[in-house]
Order: sequence, then C-alpha cells, then structure tokens
Amino acid sequence: MAALNLKGITKIYPHSADQKKARKKGAPEKKTNLQVTAEGVIAVQKFDLDIKDKEFIVLVGPSGCGKSTTLRMVAGLEEISGGELYIDGQLVNDVEPKNRDIAMVFQSYALYPHMTVYDNMAFPLKLRKMPKDEIDRRVKEAAEILDITQYLSRKPKALSGGQRQRVAIGRAIVREPKVLLMDEPLSNLDAKLRNQMRAEIIKLRQKINTTFIYVTHDQTEAMTLGDRIVIMKDGFIQQIGTPQEVFDHPANIFVAGFIGMPQMNMFNAKLLSEGGKYFVSVGGCKTELSTDKQAALSSHKVPAQDITLGVRPSHMVLAKAPGNTLTATVDVAEMMGSEIHFHANADGRDVVVIVPTMDTNGERVDSFHAGDKLNLTFSGSACHVFSKDGKNLEF
Amino acid sequence: MKHSSKSGKILVYLLLILGSAIMIFPFLWMFFTSFKTVPESMSVPATIFPSAFRLDKYKEVLSKLPFVKLYWNTILLVFFRVICAVVFSSMAGYAFAKLKFRGKGLLFTIILMQMSLPSQIFLIPQYQMVAKMGLVNTIFALVFPGLVSAFGVFFLRQTYLSIPEEIGEAAYLDGCNQWQTFYKVMFPLTGTSVAALTIFTAVFAYGDLMWPQIVNNDVTKFTLSAGLATLRGMNTTDFPMLMAGSLLAMLPMVILYLIFQRQFVEGIAGTGGK
Repeated sequence: MAALNLKGITKIYPHSADQKKARKKGAPEKKTNLQVTAEGVIAVQKFDLDIKDKEFIVLVGPSGCGKSTTLRMVAGLEEISGGELYIDGQLVNDVEPKNRDIAMVFQSYALYPHMTVYDNMAFPLKLRKMPKDEIDRRVKEAAEILDITQYLSRKPKALSGGQRQRVAIGRAIVREPKVLLMDEPLSNLDAKLRNQMRAEIIKLRQKINTTFIYVTHDQTEAMTLGDRIVIMKDGFIQQIGTPQEVFDHPANIFVAGFIGMPQMNMFNAKLLSEGGKYFVSVGGCKTELSTDKQAALSSHKVPAQDITLGVRPSHMVLAKAPGNTLTATVDVAEMMGSEIHFHANADGRDVVVIVPTMDTNGERVDSFHAGDKLNLTFSGSACHVFSKDGKNLEF
Repeated sequence: MKHSSKSGKILVYLLLILGSAIMIFPFLWMFFTSFKTVPESMSVPATIFPSAFRLDKYKEVLSKLPFVKLYWNTILLVFFRVICAVVFSSMAGYAFAKLKFRGKGLLFTIILMQMSLPSQIFLIPQYQMVAKMGLVNTIFALVFPGLVSAFGVFFLRQTYLSIPEEIGEAAYLDGCNQWQTFYKVMFPLTGTSVAALTIFTAVFAYGDLMWPQIVNNDVTKFTLSAGLATLRGMNTTDFPMLMAGSLLAMLPMVILYLIFQRQFVEGIAGTGGK
C-alpha cells in the first residue's frame, strides 16, 4: 500500500556511438514518432501523475508509446533521465529496485524454470531471510487465493500459460509489496483465458490491499480494470481519467479513436453558432449540441469553424425517413445477434453504425444489404467536437 | 512412392553402417593388436586377429609406466581444467551477455581473436610464465593454460544470451544482487551447456600431449597421453605394448562418456537454453 507521485518523469535513451556519428554526418534520422534531440530519443516526456494509495492505475496506449518504459522506471529497471519519483513521500529515483518494495508481473511470466512453483513463490521471501514457517504460510495463502495449491510441487514447464501467470502473480503478492506492477500480464494468453484472468485480477484486487499499476495495449482491459486510465502516445500523456470520463469526454481525436470498440466515427463537419447556440452540421444533418456542450464551448468562447466531428458507432441512430439526416451507403452488414454492425460510407468516410436488431417498437431492422441507403442521425449530447488539430473544443 | 522411400531408408542405413565401421575399425585394430606379439603386429600381409589372446603386453606396460601416477595426474589435470573453465567461463560469459560495462565490445573481440589463433603460438609465452613462476615440473604447470577458456567464455555467453532478460530482472526485483542473480538464478539455467563444456574441456585436457611434454620432463609428473608417448622408440616401436597402454588410458574416458552420453549429445546439438 503506497501513494506514488511521478513528477515530470522523463526517459531519454542516449544515441549510440554509431548514431552520434551518423548525426554528425547529417545522415537522415530513422523514422520514429518519438522526439529525437541531440541528447537522444525521448521515450517518455514530463510524465506527471499522482497515484492514490490502493488505486488501480492502467497505462494504456499503442506499441512504443512509453507505457512499459514508465512502468520500468517505477520498478527501477530503467534509470530516470529527468523528474522525480516518490513512493510514500520518499524520493526513490536512486533507490535500488529491491529496496523500493515493489513487485512486478512480467508479460513472459519470468518464472525461474529450475525451481518448483513453491520455490518460485518462496524465493523473494527466502532472500529476505524470513522464518521458514512464515514463508510457508504466505506461499500457501497466496496459492489458495490464486487456486494453484495443487501445482506447488510442479516445475513451470509442467503448467499451462494461465497457470504460469497465476504463479507469477503469486510470486509478486507473497511479498505483500507496496506497489504491484503488471506489464501486459495477459498478452500471452488466448482470448478466453484472458477474459477469465481479467476477472481473476479484479477479484484479486479485492483480496489484497495494494496499489496497482497495470500496463496494457488492450483498451478493454484498461476500461474494465482501472480506477483511472492514463492514455499515452509517443511518450506523452494524452489524458488521465476514469474509464467513463475518457469514454464520454475524450480529450483529443487520438483518445477518442483509441478508447471504444469499434472506433469512434470521424466526420469533416462545421461548428455553427446561431442565435447564441452551437450546432454541428455534417452532410445534410444539422444538430443542436446539448446544454452541457453549449456551456463548455461558450465558456471557452469557441468561434464557428470547420471541425472534426466524432460520433460513436452505437450512438448513431437509424432514422425512418430522410430529412435532417446523414445518408450512408451500406458496404457490409454484420449480424451479431442482438445488434447489427453496418460498415457504410457516409459523407466520403468509412463509418460503422451499430443498431439493435429490434427497435423500441419491436420492429426488426435486419433487412439492409450492401448498397442500401441508411438515414442516420445522432444526438447533440452524444457527439464530440474536435478542432482540426485534434483537440476536443470542450476542454 | 512407398517402395522408393524404403530403398532410400536402406541406402541411409548402409551409409550409416559404413560410417560406423570406419569409425570403429581403428579401435578394434587397437584392441586386437594389444594381444599380438611384435612380429605378429608387423607381419605382412597384416592380420586382424591375434594368434592367441596374451596379456603379456599389459603386464609389460604396467611395469614400464607408473600408471597409477599417470592416472592421478590426468585426473587432477582434467578436474582443475574443468572446474576453472566452468567457473571462469560462466562468470565471464554472464558478464559479456548480461552486464553493461565500458570496453565490453573490445574485450569480447579480443577473446574471439584468441579463439581464431592456433593454440601453438601461445606455448612459448605460457612456458615462460610458468618458468618465471618456478612452477616447471609441477601439477599446476599442467593446469595453467586451461585456467581460462576463450571457447568456454564464448560458448556460455551465447547460452546466457538465450535466457530472457526478464528472468534476471525478476530476480533483481525479488531482492537478488548481481552475484545472487548469477549463481542462484542464471547459472542453474545453463546446466546443459555447462555439461557440454565440461565434456569438451575434459576430452581436450585428457588428450593434451604437447603441453605436458613441454612443461614437465619427469615421467611421474606426466599425464597419460605424455606417458604413452614415451613408449614410442627412436628406431622401432613395440606396437602391441603401445596399444595395450592406449587401451588402459582410454578406459576412464569411455566410462565418463557412457555416464554423460545424453549431456554430450545435447551439448553438441547446441540446445543450450530451453
């Protein structure tokens, strides 16, 4: 159990001797989205985050966004190039990993192949010279929590992927660490096992009192596990918030596209200001924004302008007749049972529209095929207004 | 289709049998010659089987050479060379594979260069070092060139490279220091490679002829191979006696091979890290 404060944490990987020579000669840089300076490649930039005691924080983002690097800096496996890291108010930048009272679960499990499950779990306790009966008690208790008691005498190679991951978690929790770090712990598991283990982690969290930092690239894991989510891209934090906050109010187009499955639909649209009210107009559809969006835009004195309009697939509504609607042509209709996913083209953009198989009047809406026209509308509270440079204009 | 695969199989077996016969023939020749008389061993046309299985040459060689001493010296030589090669190569291999330090690339290049040079060019400097230490004609002198093995360092470095970084990092987070990470976690994972290195080093040390003859001139400080070399005369050689001595000298290696056969094969197959 511990509170963590990350203040302006930065990670710079210095250039190798060869890279320095190439830079001197003016050779073209290798293509990367990360910022490259004379010092090196900046993997994480000014990462500010206060983590409360027992909070479950999820770092999420695409590959190479710096989430694992941040986690490794917290663990002490990577040197911190700039900024300060506090654990329970103590500056730990230069503290050895073993003295930070942190445990970590790796994507590849990182179990010791020559030790039994029991020895794997007892290993960190033995190193701390804990009495044998206390080691035994803790290992058996953790094994019971994780339902691996029957495997204690087996070697890791005799276990399945899911069982190995449980052992890795067991090895981490027997120490009762202040902070438990998890680096994509479910990525090596198949889809079914991943869902099962995700539920196990939620249960585990209720059983053990500790602060979690969890890294994943899977937005479903992030949404279901985290108290708060930190969305990262190219070394920068894009947004920090609860799962509902980042889903309902994405700070920019990247977050809007990354969180939510299928992705949010984006349209080239116009923000109109008429009679002191804001409207959005796309294709033939003009919609008045909701009261809270009106208030947010007014408070920022946002002028009428060209915008990128975001609407989630499940927030698009099928209108009975054309009128104040956006017309889309169906490319593919996927019947999912309770709903249909239409892949369509609207206003020159590929969009996805999710509609229930049966509308509120009990009428079936499954009679659309490729080439058919859809008349779409959306509510003024369910759309998101982004400036052309990608920022949410409500913020 | 079935027919051609069957005849192909027969051809493969024939080739394998031929290869085995070529490999085994010198050993059989040695075995049978050790029971022959000298004229029998030199007779033309050559005969494979002895006229009678006499043990005279075994008795003669045992009286001529201090075999117990030679065995003991060889055991010491093999034991210390293996221990030193395994301990130092493991530590150096781990350092080259897993640690970051200045000059690592240069040092490793020097080791690779040493591997590519013929070992004979080190004989004179090594002899001078042993001589200056006043250790000529000692057991230590026999062990000296094998204290560190460039091949061992390279071989175990490759094995350590195949162990995922995360295992070392997990040990580090669990509370191990660098030394504990090495000997409690990493070293036990290199079992197959260490067994292979042990066998390679032992076989090489066992057969090493030149160095024991250069550094020692007292037959009681000789190894088996150097001792056997004294049986060769300037003008003529008692081949049955030499073969009897060779068979006696071979025995420990054959026994060791039979015990560690699996590790030997796995080591050569180069499976190192599982």
